[in-house]
Amino acid sequence: MATITANPARTTGTARRGGLVSQTGYITGRWLRAQYRSPALIAFTLVQPAIWLLLFGQLFKGVVALPGFGDSSYIAFLTPGIVMMTALMTSGWAGTTFIADMERGVMDRMLTSPVRRGALMAGQLISNGTTTVIQTIIVFAIGIAAGARYDGGAVGYLVTIVASMLVGTAFGSLSNAVALLTRQQEALIGIFQFVSLPLTFLSSIMLDLELAPHWVQVAARYNPVDWAAVAARQALSADPDWSSVARHGLYLAAFTLIVGYLSTRAFRTYQRSV
Amino acid sequence: MPSTSHALEASDLVKTYPAGRKKPPVRALDGLTFAVPEGVVLGLLGPNGAGKSTTVKILTTLSRADSGTATVAGFDVVKQQNDVRQAIGYVPQKSSSDPMATGVENLVLSGRIYGLSRQEAVRRAAELLERFDLTEAGGRQVRTYSGGMQRKLDVALGLVHRPRVLFLDEPTTGLDPEARADLWNEVERLSDNEGLTVLLTTHYLEEADRLADQLAIVDHGQVVAEGTPEALKAELRGDSVQVELVDADVDGNVRRLLGHLPGIGEIVVDGNTLRARVDRGATAVPAVLGALEEKAIPVTAVTVSRPSLDDVYLQYTGRSFRAAENTVGQVEGSAA
Repeated sequence: MATITANPARTTGTARRGGLVSQTGYITGRWLRAQYRSPALIAFTLVQPAIWLLLFGQLFKGVVALPGFGDSSYIAFLTPGIVMMTALMTSGWAGTTFIADMERGVMDRMLTSPVRRGALMAGQLISNGTTTVIQTIIVFAIGIAAGARYDGGAVGYLVTIVASMLVGTAFGSLSNAVALLTRQQEALIGIFQFVSLPLTFLSSIMLDLELAPHWVQVAARYNPVDWAAVAARQALSADPDWSSVARHGLYLAAFTLIVGYLSTRAFRTYQRSV
Repeated sequence: MPSTSHALEASDLVKTYPAGRKKPPVRALDGLTFAVPEGVVLGLLGPNGAGKSTTVKILTTLSRADSGTATVAGFDVVKQQNDVRQAIGYVPQKSSSDPMATGVENLVLSGRIYGLSRQEAVRRAAELLERFDLTEAGGRQVRTYSGGMQRKLDVALGLVHRPRVLFLDEPTTGLDPEARADLWNEVERLSDNEGLTVLLTTHYLEEADRLADQLAIVDHGQVVAEGTPEALKAELRGDSVQVELVDADVDGNVRRLLGHLPGIGEIVVDGNTLRARVDRGATAVPAVLGALEEKAIPVTAVTVSRPSLDDVYLQYTGRSFRAAENTVGQVEGSAA
């Protein structure tokens, strides 16, 4: 008893709580260490985009000759698209880390500690974002090696990297949310495959939308992956339409913030069900 | 006195889980109530599905009760969540360390989350590794640890920030006897030397008997008996006689036969085993053996014992501990 009354600060309900930024830093550190302890995993996720890039780049070389195709080199057109697709596909797996934490007691221990939910989410996503940057650079390297050339300067590459990170962060947080809601590896992977295919094909990742049916053009207007691909291509072109880059970039940033917020709320749903 | 006079206080907790479509919800807690003074090791004893883990989840702020109130270290688990979290250590049923990180990294991260400086966290990590005999393994990834080592690290993780209340949810389930004994010693040291309040859930009677200063027997989401293990056992008068038959007593003949003997109380049948409460073991055993021999009923073994926690459990729940585990086992499968 005496120990309690001797230290009134303990009972007044004002426990010191770490800030969001510092806590996010600790959590990011955890995921970065885990990630770079098995770099083979990053290489593994690059196999698929490399195949798409090289195979499709060759296979559809001729489509640029079709009337209405805006670009003159297909590999140059395809590369930013494959960058976004890679960011999407890789981030779909983000939630598997949450599921592994739930299958052990790690998630429950974290949620009973003073760590903020926002830090748990952001830390994992930042670590995921670093993977996206590395992959974006490698995909570009492959594309350039295969003959892609861009007139836009450093700003174009920077916009592409930022856009790919936003795609990775938005869909990574969605993946984490699905993980928290379903708590099952199979459900997570199933749902993500179901979603990622239309996101990839109802966009300008593979083809100039001028060649697509009208309904695909309409669908692509609401597709965040397409926003990223459009912003990147514009920024990389010789004479970028900066208002289009800014508009699509803003859509993408707003989308990322909204899904990030909603995903963080999924912790509550998870806690209601444990 | 404010509620701070108890380190843990649960009052009339109710928690239901949906059981799926067209099924009534599962009532995991049904008015659970108990109180624990500071520095005491409370054992929540009960079969799987009795509501032990649900209780721990509510007290650690992981889950929320449908109704009822609870305080931990004087803080309300709903209104003062963050204070509760700062004051407790939680060792979940499943291993709670990150297998891809080393022991040191796990401990330092935990320390940082609770607000220790980097230097403090590193020092505390080394201290805990030393204490749990893990110093050598500290630099290795946890996935290379044995089950016993992982469990020790789990407890260390719960202690990084020097909590006032420690929750141990079935800490020794799945451990080999040696690792279990190790952990028991450690928990005893914690409560004896550091005055830590510990809430321990277990379905091992032996563990409850050894570690708990105070026991709460939980059945169907309620505390059915509370007290020190000794007091609970002392409340039962007489001894317990256990007869193992070669053939099961299918038609109840043996039960009736023994029931007519003088000085024999209630008899419970569990497979080939009959258990009876008797006034005096020493006089009951010859009478039981004589009666069985007269009717030529073959017997494997007869044992007489002082009341055990199993008898206490039987007394309060109407079924033997082992039988309870088998029947209720599935219920919490969905809720846990």
